[in-house]
Amino acid sequence: MSAQTIAPGAGAGRRGIELLLIGFAVAIAIVAYAAVGIGQDGRIPTGTIGYGAGLALLFGLAHLVVRRFAPYADPLILPCVAMLNGLGLVMIRRLDLAEAERARQAASALPRADAPLQLIWTAIAVAAFIAVLVVVRDHTRLARYAYTSAAAGLVLLLLPAIPGIGATINGARLWIRVGPMTVQPSEAAKVLLMVFFASYLVSKRDVLSLASRRVAGIDLPRARDLGPILVAWAASLAVLVREKDLGSSLLFFGIFIVMLYVATERTSWLLIGVGLFGLGSFSAYTLFGHVARRVDTWLDPFATASTTGYQLVQGLFGFGTGGISGTGLGKGQPGIVPYAKTDFIMAAIGEELGLIGVMAVLLLFALVVERGLRSGLACRDSFGKLLATGLSFALALQVFVIVGGVTGLIPLTGVTLPWLSYGGSSVVMNWVLIALLLRISDAARRPAPAPVAPEKARAALAEAQTTVVRR
Amino acid sequence: MGSELVVALVKYGLLALLWLFVIFAVRTVRSDLWGSGKPARPAAGTAARSSGKPAKRTAARRLVVTEGALAGTTISLGAAPVTLGRADDSTLVLTDDYASSRHARLVPGEDAWLVEDLGSTNGTYLGASKVTRPTPVPLGQPIRIGKTVMELRR
Repeated sequence: MSAQTIAPGAGAGRRGIELLLIGFAVAIAIVAYAAVGIGQDGRIPTGTIGYGAGLALLFGLAHLVVRRFAPYADPLILPCVAMLNGLGLVMIRRLDLAEAERARQAASALPRADAPLQLIWTAIAVAAFIAVLVVVRDHTRLARYAYTSAAAGLVLLLLPAIPGIGATINGARLWIRVGPMTVQPSEAAKVLLMVFFASYLVSKRDVLSLASRRVAGIDLPRARDLGPILVAWAASLAVLVREKDLGSSLLFFGIFIVMLYVATERTSWLLIGVGLFGLGSFSAYTLFGHVARRVDTWLDPFATASTTGYQLVQGLFGFGTGGISGTGLGKGQPGIVPYAKTDFIMAAIGEELGLIGVMAVLLLFALVVERGLRSGLACRDSFGKLLATGLSFALALQVFVIVGGVTGLIPLTGVTLPWLSYGGSSVVMNWVLIALLLRISDAARRPAPAPVAPEKARAALAEAQTTVVRR
Repeated sequence: MGSELVVALVKYGLLALLWLFVIFAVRTVRSDLWGSGKPARPAAGTAARSSGKPAKRTAARRLVVTEGALAGTTISLGAAPVTLGRADDSTLVLTDDYASSRHARLVPGEDAWLVEDLGSTNGTYLGASKVTRPTPVPLGQPIRIGKTVMELRR
């Protein structure tokens, strides 16, 4: 027993390794940026130094804040996120060039370059990351604002549905207009609702895990405890119906079910959740044209290769062109795929970096998720445990939903690939998510004050006994 | 031809760098990816309390679950208190619908282990009587929590 108690303190911190890895990540991003130029016209682009300096400054700053405010946080999460974000910026820049090339060929006006904008969004995101780490010193405090964040989350979620503020882009009504730009409030709602779920489930899990009847070896929950899951289900369906947003709807319900399962350890909740999900999906398929189209496209994308299936088919061709090692950055045609910068950025990576590159990216996501879940396991309070699990799972589910959609494994639903896709709200909220995860990780890995004391006490006692024994 | 070579070098070099990053990252956490599981912090926290008052040699060495879902489970008793409940950081995690998260605990006393109810919903019973304050537990006396019954053995 006592040998194990030393473990939490040992090797905690490790900020040096974090800094080293961040430096490595920035270096790789710079090489990738230069590679785009070399692939396109054989020269290293002039913006390389500015871009590299910008990334080094931002991630270096993030590292310093972690060093100061979360010294025991996991050393791997931040570098992996930095790597993904840097790579995302390179891919967006590369797709900017592709768009410019197409515009030049068509002799039309040059489209807006998105990479500089995304760099600004990354700066805002890192600022938000720093703000969260500085303001939220103790994650358990968040539990106090459970109902406030639930209300704020629901308002944000339903805001786009209000006429006048909401904006419909590409058929989905999940943006709101704030001045000149559009913001996607569901990204913020995601994090706020997870804080609520975690706090709510921790306080109610004793009741929710009460069993009523055993059917086929599974404890069914009591009928009156079904309330929360039905509310979550109805809210997801409302998002689906009002805002035609398949992706967020799926994410919210999935996150809720998994957090409920983790809190209560009852398999029956998973089964009920999957059942409700099946019911909802089936009725959505029969009732709504846009859902049915997505499913039909998924079943046979090549049947509608020139209409609804065009995007998916071009994405698949991208993966096919890339093959094992890819065409090399700047050598492919990733610009052909519509929305390659947002939903289909994985297809662009698959085309130019190949299977090897895609696997590396997926492993980076897997590492972040694994570190997050590990923080959840090691965390001492139930709220932190559940929140860390929820945040990590949300990340995993989002990556699965979009990569699965792009590769044709599951029907395509439009969500962003965290840190890689172009999109301000997404990159900001995912950095906030990471800040919360690091906060919990810091608390989990911080050497407990209690275990330090007994070592001393025991030592003192051992010494004392040699003198006391003479009595 | 020269530029072709440069492009190929850059392409494979970049992929190699990406994987080097992944491998390096995995290596830094290798120790807790494989083996060396999560540290047993609850035990450490409770050890602090017990070391203040040194437990005398109490006869009981094991806590054995005799009835309920966990029947047959044995916990060897040391100097640290044993927490009983549904919370996953309990020493004995009860999978019992009638148990509370932090239901009760066993503390080494002067000459016997004491059972103490931690404000549970359904109560802790020692023999036939409900435990209201820390009570010494004789060997073989059944402690009942919900549907789970356990006793101390030598």
